[in-house]
Amino acid sequence: MKFLVSRFNPESDTSPYMQEFEVEVVRGMMLRDALLEIKRHDESFAFRHSCGEGVCGSDGVNVNGTNKLACITPISELTEPVEVRPFPGRPIIRDLVVDMTQFYQQYRAVKPWLVRDDPMPEQEILQSPEERDKLDGLYECILCGCCSTACPSFWWNPEKFHGPQALLTAWRFLADSRDQATDERLDALEGPYKLFRCHTIMNCVDVCPKGLNPTKAIGHIKTLMLKNAV
Amino acid sequence: MALNKRRFDALIIGAGGAGLNAAIQLANTDARVAVVSKVFPTRSHTVAAQGGVNAALANVLPDNWHWHMFDTVKGSDYLGDQDAIEFMCREAIPTVYELEHNGVPFSRLDDGKIYQRAFGGQSQDFGGAQAARTCAAADRTGHAILHALYQQNVRARTHFFDEYFAIDLIRDDEGAILGALVMEIETGEPLLIEAKATVLATGGCGQVYRTTSNAHINTGDGMAMALRAGIPLMDMEFFQFHPTGIAGRGMLITEGVRGEGGYLVNRDGERFMERYAPNAKDLASRDVVSRAIVTEVKEGRGCGPQADHVLLKVDHLGEEIVSKRLPGIRESGRIFAGVDAAHEPLPVFPTAHYVMGGIPTDPYGRVIVPQGTGEEVVPGLYAAGECACVSVHGANRLGGNSLLDILVFGRAAGLDVIENLQEHKNHRPMNESSVEAAMARLTRWDQKGEGISIRELRDEFRKTMEDHAGVFRTEEIMGEGVEKLKALRDRLPEVRLHDHSKVFNTARVEALELENLFDTGIAIAYSALMRKESRGAHSRPDYPDRDDTNWMKHSLYFREDDRMDYKPVRTKPLTVETFPPKARVY
Repeated sequence: MKFLVSRFNPESDTSPYMQEFEVEVVRGMMLRDALLEIKRHDESFAFRHSCGEGVCGSDGVNVNGTNKLACITPISELTEPVEVRPFPGRPIIRDLVVDMTQFYQQYRAVKPWLVRDDPMPEQEILQSPEERDKLDGLYECILCGCCSTACPSFWWNPEKFHGPQALLTAWRFLADSRDQATDERLDALEGPYKLFRCHTIMNCVDVCPKGLNPTKAIGHIKTLMLKNAV
Repeated sequence: MALNKRRFDALIIGAGGAGLNAAIQLANTDARVAVVSKVFPTRSHTVAAQGGVNAALANVLPDNWHWHMFDTVKGSDYLGDQDAIEFMCREAIPTVYELEHNGVPFSRLDDGKIYQRAFGGQSQDFGGAQAARTCAAADRTGHAILHALYQQNVRARTHFFDEYFAIDLIRDDEGAILGALVMEIETGEPLLIEAKATVLATGGCGQVYRTTSNAHINTGDGMAMALRAGIPLMDMEFFQFHPTGIAGRGMLITEGVRGEGGYLVNRDGERFMERYAPNAKDLASRDVVSRAIVTEVKEGRGCGPQADHVLLKVDHLGEEIVSKRLPGIRESGRIFAGVDAAHEPLPVFPTAHYVMGGIPTDPYGRVIVPQGTGEEVVPGLYAAGECACVSVHGANRLGGNSLLDILVFGRAAGLDVIENLQEHKNHRPMNESSVEAAMARLTRWDQKGEGISIRELRDEFRKTMEDHAGVFRTEEIMGEGVEKLKALRDRLPEVRLHDHSKVFNTARVEALELENLFDTGIAIAYSALMRKESRGAHSRPDYPDRDDTNWMKHSLYFREDDRMDYKPVRTKPLTVETFPPKARVY
């Protein structure tokens, strides 16, 4: 099977280019296996990867125009030639490795930790199964970056718009019955950019490898903001 | 060019559960703490832990820490140190509550308390009925815990060095550890980090085997660094093969599947675990279940066209339970086996999973080495988590005790560092020759020429480990294995890197990891060859019985001359009576 892979080594190249590789495909092969095959033939080929089962979030890449996690993308679902590029809109460090600093900054900006003002009980803070169910579809995020780097609003304003990942995380804490910083969290999202640059294009929903829905989370935040304002 | 240097009070190498739980203790004080990780913290392999963390909360069934302690001692096949085990099982309870307070989204019971499920090797009342001790966030508990710990460290403004690879420890002539030489992967530049205390929290080494549940990053870096600093590794022959990896691929299917009521069948549809463990059946200890599966396949009762695996049935639980309690494994089954676990059985076979052995420490995370007739602490060095050996797992780890180990002992190490910093206000003088030795390990890869490729030697090494240091071990198989591994090690100096570029050179990282794989893999194979008994995960058909008279002792492997030493098991707990060795039946 023919693969076209984006290559860029800042020490020797002035701009990225596509390089062709032929990979022998076996049944059950994932895209990551194919990238590893390429690396077996050319050790200078660089990409991030680790767990191989879609939980560490290291190996997000752009495949035939769509952001995916390489380790859980079956080759059989891809059309030939398979074009593999780094995430769009991020500075390229080398080959498929991009600089995700801004993505992590946006994550940190939403204060992604549980805030409690009450004294902690001796045992667990109680939470009903129904309250806990509200975190399903939110806490499973693996910070792979597929969503935010597929979002046009994030491409244009990565320094101002939080992007779908960070907003999903913001809602994960707003939705947690144990969290006591609702007002501060909502106040921090005020203004025309951080939250409101989402134009519900929904690329984030299409690409999320964990099947999460940041657009819906953003909608929930907007509703809550409205409710708190009246 | 001058070497860049940074100074911190404490340096933590590794950002999984152990490293982050140590870091958060320090970050909550005014200590300056650096965390070095070769991947962004939430990529650490703690993220892949599925089933849960053990603590005798008694939320579902009656329980107490003393029962948990009994199960852990028995599970360890009486090789675990009973003082450390008592410490861990007591600490488990406040540790899980602290995690919950830190935001971990545990699954819940109707009364609002943390959900707990049954896991293998757990009992009520010292070997009685099955217990429910494993606290779970669906089947993504490690992910939930790692992210919450990272989030708390972000809150506390811990200083992270993301994507920095640790080359070697720096030590002075007295053996005190002064910090580490690391390399920024993005630039390829070395950096010397000086610290009054260094915590190794680098996780396991499952990549020494060809088929493993472990991530690409689990290359035994910290263990190999300790070996090269003259520190032995303890009980390395005890390597756990998890019974249920996806057949042919190795991805993990949590024991929680069996905890929720799943069971194993052979080609005849027989629930074969009833023959091997009449009481606990599918929830017997992991070593027992793994051997049973391998035996079934060896004796021709395997499933599939090659008769090379068995089946794990879950579909009888119904779609609702499967999607509620086991959503992650349903997803993995679909992706990697093409099977929907809610409707069809999963093909499984044991997969290399966890190293019980590691860097010897005391319950405060301090690294200890033999000295004269006793032991002494290595000044300035700590280890916690899978890279360490306290020892709480002995010859076989119970499911749900790994997350517990990293959290309890990561925390204990962090707290002890804080105390230690009170007494040691200043950095010790740097040792230039040690820095040079560490630099040499890095610059060795600048050598040019044809040589052997990293890939070639790595493939051969991992296959040899799988063939000669796997589930069943005889003198002949292992003796041949050790010779082969030594021959491969002799070829290591001929390996050449062909890509000498600086920026994000992952081949250079893999070259450095290859050396670590060799050091830890040979420690496993050598320690295994020397232990002439069967105990826990170490199973020898030529010495089928446990031999408490001669072998109830910890092994210590030293890299220099592949030397072995031994030390006694600590059988005296902190406050309760000793659990004396008994026949281990489930």
